[in-house]
Amino acid sequence: MTTPIDTTGSAGPAETGPAPAAAPVKKIEGRSPGRIAWDRLKRDKVALAGGVVVMLLILAALFAPVLTSLFGHPVDEPHPDQINPELGLPKGAFGGISGDFLLGVDPTFGRDVFSRILYGAQISLLVAFLAAGVSVVIGVLMGVAAGYFGGWIDSAISRVMDVLLAFPQLLFSIALVSVMPNDLLGLSGSGVRMAILILVIGFFGWPYIGRIVRGQALSLREREFVDAARSLGAGPVHILLRELLPNLVAPILVYTTLIIPTNILSEAALSFLGAGVKPPTPSWGQMLSQATKIYQVDPTYMVVPGLAIFITVLAFNLFGDGLRDALDPKGN
Amino acid sequence: MLVYLIRRLVNVVAMLLVVSAVTFGIFFMVPKITGSDPALLYVGKIADKAAIEGIRHKMGLDKSIIEQYLLFLKGIFAGRDYSTGVDVTHCSAPCLGYSFKTERAVWPVLLDRLGVTTSLAFGAAVLWLVFGTATGVVSALRRRTLLDRFTMTTALAGVSLPIYFTGMLASAIFVYQLGWFPHDYVAFTDDPVAWFQNLLLPWITLAFLYAATYARLTRATLLDVLGEDYIRTARAKGLGERTVIGKHAMRSTLTPILTVFGMDLGGLIGGAVLTETTFNFRGLGYEAVAAISASDLPVIMGVTLFAGFFIILANLLVDLLYAVVDPRVRLT
Repeated sequence: MTTPIDTTGSAGPAETGPAPAAAPVKKIEGRSPGRIAWDRLKRDKVALAGGVVVMLLILAALFAPVLTSLFGHPVDEPHPDQINPELGLPKGAFGGISGDFLLGVDPTFGRDVFSRILYGAQISLLVAFLAAGVSVVIGVLMGVAAGYFGGWIDSAISRVMDVLLAFPQLLFSIALVSVMPNDLLGLSGSGVRMAILILVIGFFGWPYIGRIVRGQALSLREREFVDAARSLGAGPVHILLRELLPNLVAPILVYTTLIIPTNILSEAALSFLGAGVKPPTPSWGQMLSQATKIYQVDPTYMVVPGLAIFITVLAFNLFGDGLRDALDPKGN
Repeated sequence: MLVYLIRRLVNVVAMLLVVSAVTFGIFFMVPKITGSDPALLYVGKIADKAAIEGIRHKMGLDKSIIEQYLLFLKGIFAGRDYSTGVDVTHCSAPCLGYSFKTERAVWPVLLDRLGVTTSLAFGAAVLWLVFGTATGVVSALRRRTLLDRFTMTTALAGVSLPIYFTGMLASAIFVYQLGWFPHDYVAFTDDPVAWFQNLLLPWITLAFLYAATYARLTRATLLDVLGEDYIRTARAKGLGERTVIGKHAMRSTLTPILTVFGMDLGGLIGGAVLTETTFNFRGLGYEAVAAISASDLPVIMGVTLFAGFFIILANLLVDLLYAVVDPRVRLT
């Protein structure tokens, strides 16, 4: 698993209040940090392209039922007529791609790959986003607490993060997912697996965010505006929420966009190893795992989900990179 | 220095204890929650009550979880005896228990698998470290040129590709279409040439993925370092560019790369799960996946501990290396 450690930008604290003029421009007019970042982002064509692809993917996942009814077939509907009964492989060349089956059919059952990719996108994106949410919530709380309070709270939280980073995460996740019962908390079937995936991926992801937030909070707490707030009688809750948190928005935003592609890869990896959502619910990793048995004869069924993962992850990475550059106060 | 070393070693042991306790707790508690019986896993489903009770007693499964954990720890350091009252099985010093499925001792099995995994990890590590950092350096020095853009785009694509996809793609092309590389693992001691040939494709595939991360990291760090005052000083006193980059800038560039390298290498030795599954190499990762799908708790436990050990060890080595590479670091 690649880790989202990336010291590239080290997006420093974005100033609130009177922003120091980032780059002197023609008009002498105050521009908010958000505005500056947006202007930079607009000029970054590659990042914008990534953002557009991300939006399209989200829309495609949301409207999967509509799209499949227009251009495809129901996800779980088998088409035995498309399958060569002796080999269990699609009859047509290139995985049975045709005008009727845009991305071909899957082996054995002859289900429409186009529909399965779209529904797979739902699983992939949902797990990735919610897991990122879990990581961000835990990571920010722990990171801010460690950085701001220091002392034993800091050592305790930092130790926990060290231990978590020392865990063989992928192994542990597969093991954990496979020993979990099939119905839990009133959910059943794919719902349970998804909930477990979200919790496991999100839980192992928080130390990455936690470390960054801790570092930022550590340096912010020494700044004058925090002293000012404190001398005005602000309590720790006020300082944490109203003074520190707004300054942490930029790095949190950047690392959230960068942790999502990592989560997509994790979910795909777990599904590939058989610890993802259970069939017949489609997922990209699971399709690739089925493809391992047949790719020597028919590579199409491997290439399609592989490219789906690649394009999605790349789009998120491009957008996240651009966002980081745009929000970096040192950049110009 | 010595004090530092001792403190770190204590830390390593403490971390391992935590990792093992957590793993133990989870995997020996879960059967209680889900209502499955580990003793049943040893003897198989069709066994009479007496046999189950016998095995339960022999394996110590009738004891409390804390006693079981302490026995497990004792087994690692001093070996342990499994006794039914009549016959005694001795499991010598690093004892990780017996597999539920094969009834073989876990430790020798893991040692046996380690060769495959280390061969895979070290070869790939050499490749990615050399090519990754070299690409990053060239890219940073030729910033904003066509070469820089090209390599960085390739690197971003590399980061976004799942290993099992590139692995299958590479096999499909180079093994099955062109027939260039065989890839069945041959032990180095059996035939070094075949060992090298058969590992080449997995190495390249694995290294490509990691090299991408390293190229991005190297480029970003070097660019950061080149903006530092001491580099300007070095240039101002008339040092040649080669000395400035090679001697002054590279030293502090290497520090973050080492950090990531330690984590990656440790994680990889702990089980290149995806690579081994893709290329069908029977290493630690493969063993782990097999154990997980068979609910073979002692093996899962063994691999997790093993993997955690390597991650922690690699991190320790990296911290020691810091002092050698970066003159600013003092070990205290």
